[in-house]
Amino acid sequence: MTHILIRSLDRSAVVFVAIIAAVAVLVPLLNLLVPPTSFFHVPTYLVALWGKYLCYALLALSIDLIWGYCGILSLGHGAFFALGGYAMGMYLMRQIGNRGVYGNPLLPDFMVFLNYKALPWYWHGFDMFWFAASMVFLVPGVLAFIFGWFAFRSRVTGVYLSIITQALTYALLLGFFRNDFGFGGNNGLTDFKDILGFNVQAQGTRAALFALSCIALMIGFLICRAIVTSKLGKILVAIRDAEPRTRFLGYRVESYKLFVFTVSACMAGVAGALYVPQVGIINPSEFAPGNSIEAVIWVAVGGRGTLTGAVLGAVLVNYAKTFFTSGALAPYWLFMLGALFVLVTLLLPRGIIGTLQHWWAPWRAQRIEASAQKAASRAPHPNPAE
Amino acid sequence: MFDRLIRRVCAAAFLCLLAVALTAPAAAGPFEDAVAQLSNDSFSDTDAAISAIASSGNERALPIIQALQDGRLVADPASKKVYIKERDGKVTDAASGEGVAASFANLGSVRLNNRLRRAVDAAVGALTLQSPDPVRRLQAAQAVFKSRDASALPLIESALPKETNASVKRAFAEAQAAILLAKPDAPETSRIEAVTVIRDRGDQDALALLNTVANDPSPLVAQTAQAAISAVQSTLALWSGVQNAWYGISLGSVLLLAAIGLAITFGVMGVINMAHGEMVMLGAYTTFVVQEVIRTRYPGLFDYSLLIALPLAFLVAGLVGIAIERGVIRFLYGRALETLLATWGISLIMQQAVRTTFGPTNREVGNPSWMSGAFELGQITITYNRLWIVVFTLGVFAVLLLMLRYTSLGLEMRAVTQNRRMAASMGIATSRVDALTFGLGSGIAGIAGVALSQIDNVSPNLGQGYIIDSFMVVVFGGVGNLWGTLVGAFTLGIANKFLEPVAGAVLAKIAILVLIILFIQKRPRGMFALKGRAVEA
Repeated sequence: MTHILIRSLDRSAVVFVAIIAAVAVLVPLLNLLVPPTSFFHVPTYLVALWGKYLCYALLALSIDLIWGYCGILSLGHGAFFALGGYAMGMYLMRQIGNRGVYGNPLLPDFMVFLNYKALPWYWHGFDMFWFAASMVFLVPGVLAFIFGWFAFRSRVTGVYLSIITQALTYALLLGFFRNDFGFGGNNGLTDFKDILGFNVQAQGTRAALFALSCIALMIGFLICRAIVTSKLGKILVAIRDAEPRTRFLGYRVESYKLFVFTVSACMAGVAGALYVPQVGIINPSEFAPGNSIEAVIWVAVGGRGTLTGAVLGAVLVNYAKTFFTSGALAPYWLFMLGALFVLVTLLLPRGIIGTLQHWWAPWRAQRIEASAQKAASRAPHPNPAE
Repeated sequence: MFDRLIRRVCAAAFLCLLAVALTAPAAAGPFEDAVAQLSNDSFSDTDAAISAIASSGNERALPIIQALQDGRLVADPASKKVYIKERDGKVTDAASGEGVAASFANLGSVRLNNRLRRAVDAAVGALTLQSPDPVRRLQAAQAVFKSRDASALPLIESALPKETNASVKRAFAEAQAAILLAKPDAPETSRIEAVTVIRDRGDQDALALLNTVANDPSPLVAQTAQAAISAVQSTLALWSGVQNAWYGISLGSVLLLAAIGLAITFGVMGVINMAHGEMVMLGAYTTFVVQEVIRTRYPGLFDYSLLIALPLAFLVAGLVGIAIERGVIRFLYGRALETLLATWGISLIMQQAVRTTFGPTNREVGNPSWMSGAFELGQITITYNRLWIVVFTLGVFAVLLLMLRYTSLGLEMRAVTQNRRMAASMGIATSRVDALTFGLGSGIAGIAGVALSQIDNVSPNLGQGYIIDSFMVVVFGGVGNLWGTLVGAFTLGIANKFLEPVAGAVLAKIAILVLIILFIQKRPRGMFALKGRAVEA
């Protein structure tokens, strides 16, 4: 276990994990312990906002894992994110109990409103946190497994796969908009009160959720690093670069793809589950194909196949979105977002981190060479390079 | 008092006479007598007069009864004269219809009670049954069919053999049958005949009517009715199938129109153009601008607005398409997924550009006169705009097919589709072909926008609604094959419309999406996939 961890942590990964860990500790402390008058105080709304960015970052990380390392461009990852969110939302709805507008101890408000007589079967068990938490993994994971099992076995690749993932999220969007689906229809799930007995709105809960999002991002990052630095990761890159050749070499391409796709969907589900209590609502618009495509551009901006780039891209683009859509420039945000799509693909195909790594590469190679020479001069019989 | 009685007897006699010879030429005497009788201000006299006038066959009968119905009929008991106050304030003599210049301030309207009002309504119905205008006769017969008013039976029976207009004759027969079925005391043979007539009508009304006699006391009638009910039900099922098929064809043609341009760009260049829907939107807005100019400058040309908009939309969308190809897509060949993202960005920019220029709300695009309205075909209603769109789509498809087959650009396009490198080695300027192909695909999307502006809301989001469906059509039909797109579009359209009555609109759509996802598992390259080396390219 430890050797996997050590192998997966190169210098930049250590720096990244350290930064996230520092943020996870510092921001809640600055929010809770520093008086509001202080310069160092972090207001609660910023905690919630950045908590949201961290969830997006985890979603971006999950997309980078499959797109950056395995070449699977999913235009429907928002579906897994939203499913995880709905699983959490269902738990939060059940926690409301009789404090709803209609005061029904069993049925959520929208069900009373829609004349439901009994709780639909798939709502049972969501009053228990462990059940809801396992569903956060299971529902996106199982859907991704079934979908991927069909898609990868019949070798649906490239743009075809992108289009059917888009169809998947579009079908779910249409379904969740329906009232008789039992998920609140157009309005979705909202008006949450408690999570594990703590008030969702409370400052302390928000800070804790923020810290949890950081930890989830960190764990997600470590899992991704562990995957991509392993032998499995090398095969994934081989599939990305030359799928038929990898297959001819005797690897079961579809099994590798299915594994990484399912892991990625589970990560997206967790991101959605952490997102919902922080924004206080989940509704079908999260399934909109546009959202999933937007998530892909975060990865492209940061640099695909870099993991840290996905996180950076998600935070940067979303920060820009908040900054521009809240000011006088709001009507021009879509112009900027559109231009971002075009310019990044045209001028910055490696993304920010990817480009930086590309620039550093000669310098790094030089340094490695220098250290190798130094080692060679010390030891007369060096081991062959890996 | 005594003379009143005599008059009533006379009137009754005339009534009997006239009931036999309904459309006998207007007998001057009796008609005028009956009209004069209205001035007596006695309900029973008025009743008799209404019957006499209604059955007189005189052309003045309908205006008089209608005036009576509206309370515009005034009478002078002294001179036994009856006048009609026309709606425009003029006064005419009721019997002759000639204008009169007199003051009638002291005259009262001919009064009615509830029984008489019913008589008047029936008389109006009966008189319109004899109207010289076939459309009004038809309406009257249909009204009788609905009301099953037994009092209209003698009138219909006498009018039926003389009727020359076929559709009116059928309506009369159906009305007669409806009355007979509602009358348990009518002879059994004629009622059985009536069941046959109603069965041939074969629509929902017929079914409802037959259901009323399915448990008739007469076993023979009940039996025929039950047989007729199952016959009508199968006719209805057939027609609803025909209707679903028509809706499906209509939806399929819309899908085909939206997808056909995409099929070309995707097929030839392997490029996923997410901004394709925005080309459709550009076409629709071009139509809007053309119509605005026509409305303000040349209102007489409105009916030609679509014809003017078609080439303009082709040009606008085509030029924008070429600009996108030269400016962005050219640099991304071989990187299909990046192209997808870049064109998505372009679609966002175009949507927002249109939103800032034209506003976020729906803009009104009118239907020219030849595209509005509908006609009946059997039991289904076909609107002209849908029909024209089907025709137009097939036309565009045919032109495109011929273009690909017989022009040099078409030849080059097909060559590049099949093997880009080989085509380049043969001296085809592939990058020029790419630009023109993209322009052509976008231009077709533009003219699709002209057609879709007639049936959809022209808003900045117009294109978004079609993009996923168009992809489904192209992917389902198979890339690089126009026939595949045609079959794909109509299959999806018809399947969708046949699923809709069973599952509801949204579930039908979801079912179609799921079916396509499953279908792609079976045939990852669509129904009509290209074979050979092109597949891996």
